[in-house]
Amino acid sequence: MGWFVGWLNSFVQNTLTKNSIATPSRLKESGILSMNSRNLNYISRYNPRRLLPLVDDKLTTKRMAEKAGVDVPKLIGVIEYQSDIRKLKGILEPLEKFVIKPAKGSGGKGILVITGRDSDRYVKASGESLSFNAISRDVSNILGGLYSLGGKSDIAVIESLIVADPIFKDYSFEGVPDIRVIVFRGFPVMAMMRLATRKSDGKANLHQGAVGVGLDIATGNSLRSVQHDLPVSTHPDTGHNFSTLNVPHWHKILSLSAACYEMTNLGYLGVDLVLDKNLGPLILELNARPGLAIQIANGQGIKPRLQLIESLRKHDLPIEERVAFSQQHFGVATLSTLQRT
Amino acid sequence: MKGRFQLGLMVAVLIVAGLGLTLYKHFALGFPLLGKDISTVWSVEAWVSFKAQGEAAQASLTLPDQQSDVRILDESFASPGYGINQTNDGGQRRAVWSTRKADGRQDLFYKVKLRLEPGISPSVNDQPEPFIAPVLPEPYQTAATSLLNQVTDRSADPVSFAGTMINQFNAKEPDQNANMLLGMVEEGVRLPDLLVNLLHMGNIPARIVRGLHLEDGRRRQPIVDMIEVYDGTQWQLFDPKTGKAGNPDAFFLWQRGAKSLLDVMGGVNSDVKFSIISQNVPTRELALTQATQDGAALIDFSIYSLPLEVQNAFKIILLIPIGVLTVLFMRIVVGLRTSGTFMPVLIAMAFLQTQLIPGLVIFISLVSIGLWIRSFLSQQNMLLVARLGAVIIVVILIMAAMSILSWKLGITQALTVTFFPMIILAWTIERMSILWEEEGPKDVFKEGGGSLLVATMSYLLMSNPIVEQLTFNFPELMLTLLGIVLLLGQYTGYRLLELKRFYPLVHSVDSVHSVHSEK
Repeated sequence: MGWFVGWLNSFVQNTLTKNSIATPSRLKESGILSMNSRNLNYISRYNPRRLLPLVDDKLTTKRMAEKAGVDVPKLIGVIEYQSDIRKLKGILEPLEKFVIKPAKGSGGKGILVITGRDSDRYVKASGESLSFNAISRDVSNILGGLYSLGGKSDIAVIESLIVADPIFKDYSFEGVPDIRVIVFRGFPVMAMMRLATRKSDGKANLHQGAVGVGLDIATGNSLRSVQHDLPVSTHPDTGHNFSTLNVPHWHKILSLSAACYEMTNLGYLGVDLVLDKNLGPLILELNARPGLAIQIANGQGIKPRLQLIESLRKHDLPIEERVAFSQQHFGVATLSTLQRT
Repeated sequence: MKGRFQLGLMVAVLIVAGLGLTLYKHFALGFPLLGKDISTVWSVEAWVSFKAQGEAAQASLTLPDQQSDVRILDESFASPGYGINQTNDGGQRRAVWSTRKADGRQDLFYKVKLRLEPGISPSVNDQPEPFIAPVLPEPYQTAATSLLNQVTDRSADPVSFAGTMINQFNAKEPDQNANMLLGMVEEGVRLPDLLVNLLHMGNIPARIVRGLHLEDGRRRQPIVDMIEVYDGTQWQLFDPKTGKAGNPDAFFLWQRGAKSLLDVMGGVNSDVKFSIISQNVPTRELALTQATQDGAALIDFSIYSLPLEVQNAFKIILLIPIGVLTVLFMRIVVGLRTSGTFMPVLIAMAFLQTQLIPGLVIFISLVSIGLWIRSFLSQQNMLLVARLGAVIIVVILIMAAMSILSWKLGITQALTVTFFPMIILAWTIERMSILWEEEGPKDVFKEGGGSLLVATMSYLLMSNPIVEQLTFNFPELMLTLLGIVLLLGQYTGYRLLELKRFYPLVHSVDSVHSVHSEK
């Protein structure tokens, strides 16, 4: 009987490995947060529903951030009603570069990035050019609720295009790289950088094929990079190696992210930032349901970090102390001890 | 922690209550758990008709009683304009219809449903009443006396006495005395009455009973007179025409005693006719009526108390939780992406009408044609709501075109296209086309395939006869389902697809570990 159980066990193990399927116990050991656990133990526990509209609407977020003194890209204009589309021409006329996004869009849907003008036409980040009519149709779609949850009518927000910090030029195919920081109860716990690829159409969206680079919370150095959940070492378009990547203004980035907790009161928050050449780190948007891919980019489960913070006796520390705590405990150097506990 | 305990308790109570009620209904009330048992139920209708004289009218009809080997399931009266009373007339139930004013032909109905159930014997007080031996006019009295003497010699007990005597009258060549007495029948005395009188003269308790032979599809069936003889402990039935003793197969006793079957006041030409049909009824329905009779409260407050039409609607509605559970399982435990959370359930319900393969073909072709037409629309500058409206109209047009075309081609399956919910289809097309524009066709196939897979799984479960039987007969099981859903809502483990998604992550963690240990 014993040999049979042993044989069965090794057979199951082999089959799983051959199909690259992990066992639940192995994932648990590595502290990987599952989607169900994220929803139940973190989002529904720490993100009260009444606060969600604050981050679901980018316009509200932006105004809230401006009020709180948190740096955000400049707001150029807002199109609220279909009849306002007539004003669009006037708003866009003087602009060379701009971004149009739905205020309630999710997952980067419906974001239009215009990087230049070609006489009458507007040039997208990918080099494709659009007529004014195509843009006003996009705006009309946004207002109609094409990109919002449940198809509710929406608002189109026009804001200034970020001038990407040139230090990431070699790491990104067009588009602006953005930095995602998970902030748990005010503590930055995990971070990654998202770099656009040709495949992702210049958008820093992992789902669409952007590269995710895990970042060391202590230093802002790269840890590991993945595309479509699989490890890569160089950028698929530029061929640049990620291992030398370091994010400047790292301390500022962590402080800005941590400040979003005071701003929104959301306990489990994904903060998306960009580095502007002239303005430094800016908050792009907030996400009350940040995805799990950050764990893959970091090569680490997030759960031990969340549990460490939950076990703290005192949470209402000043921003600087929270950032210092995170840098001290979640840096690569100290992580291995956390893994073991 | 407290909330968790409360929820756990709730889940346990729901699951146990659902299963417990189901088992109770199965074991105590006799609902079949699986399969469709069939039983025969006889439906006997008495049709009373008479011609009213334009004044108050009253008709009273003898009603059947509980009797051995027969279970009366249900009775009903139909008689517009009449008030109905049930009376008890010397141990015999009677229905009394009455009205203030009636004119012309009147039709009154009484319907009784019954099932032959050998072995049941209701405890009714059925002792013979005292009687006085009648005296017949001469020369019949003399003939009777000598016949009775003859029969007494040849019999041992009341039963054999009755049998022998009836045989005397039914013999091919009746003897002299019997022949003489048959003269009374020719004069208008009914044979059963004569036989009962003779038995009384022999000091044997006897009576006339009336009943019906249960045969399927009989209309205008006459009521049959029989004779019952008391043997000291119980009544024995005799057929006066054959002299056979014992209860004939499928004989339903309607009336005991010689009192009239039907009395009508305020009317003429009264008549009562009987029609009989047998129905094959699932045992469930039978259990139902029996439980209603026994006053099981569980049945009284259930779906079965609703009109039949509503019950049929519920048959489908009660299947929805099964589809919902499938969707939840595929989402929470497997982690499959579908377009629209419960859209697969709606598709599965459409599949119930169309069957699986035609349903899949219709759905895929509808959505494909819709996507193609939608791509034209997306080139136009349109408001979203208007475009959605346009897609709905286009979907309807495609449906109509598919129906007409398939009808001409003789493919009748495609006519079921009308069962697909149009608005859902239009939304699906809209969502898919956006997905196509944003994420490319790969995601469309992934999401569409996921939806169809979940819909197919729900359909296979929902169309399963056992599942249908269980959900409809035991709606209590929904409590159990609710418990399971609450339990699933607490599941924080990994989804099956996450096991694959996070594999590279564990893999690298492993290599990091091995590097550490090498150091």
